[in-house]
Amino acid sequence: MSKERVSMIVFSGEMDKLLPVGILASGAVAMGHEVRIFLTFWGLMAFKKDAFFQMPVSPAFAGMVGDLAGMLKERHIPSVIEQLRIAKELGDVEIVACGMTMDLFGLKLDDLEDIVDKVAGVGEFIETAKEGHTTLFI
Amino acid sequence: MADDSAIRIDARGSFCPGPMMELIRAIKGASVGQVVVVLSNDSGSKRDIPLWSQKAGHEFLGVEEHGDYDEISVRKSH
Repeated sequence: MSKERVSMIVFSGEMDKLLPVGILASGAVAMGHEVRIFLTFWGLMAFKKDAFFQMPVSPAFAGMVGDLAGMLKERHIPSVIEQLRIAKELGDVEIVACGMTMDLFGLKLDDLEDIVDKVAGVGEFIETAKEGHTTLFI
Repeated sequence: MADDSAIRIDARGSFCPGPMMELIRAIKGASVGQVVVVLSNDSGSKRDIPLWSQKAGHEFLGVEEHGDYDEISVRKSH
């Protein structure tokens, strides 16, 4: 039987695509599910220290929202980093940085937000995701 | 419903799932039997919080609607 675990592979670095990562993780934790997040490529770039609000908005939608970062701040919507911090406080959430992306861009765990737990390879993450009921690619 | 020991959280202005997350946090810190009341004006919380209460095994006491916001109450059961 599969575990109550939601896994997410986060590849995208656009702020609008990252927002659901925090919201889905919060909802999953609230309902008692484990959450495992694998950050790769542009998704990992958004988790460099203080990078989140610098990330772009998807071009197709940029015109609709204007200044998304400003809108989020004005409405007190926490950044994905803050949402995940709260989710980690309330439940079992592990955030893993893709080793290959780290090597490619010369990053160290210290360069990332402190909510990132460790660096791992894709093989390990696939094994982790295999045990869950849902795996999303964002 | 007046209960002096109830914890009240004003989560108005916070978007889904913010009010539920604040409620869960408060329940964790509350003592067994204590009621947590969250004020919310997002549309997801009054549906999500009863579900959460059922799943987490706490007593959902109901939603009081006040026009532009809801007052949602849960009693910590364990």
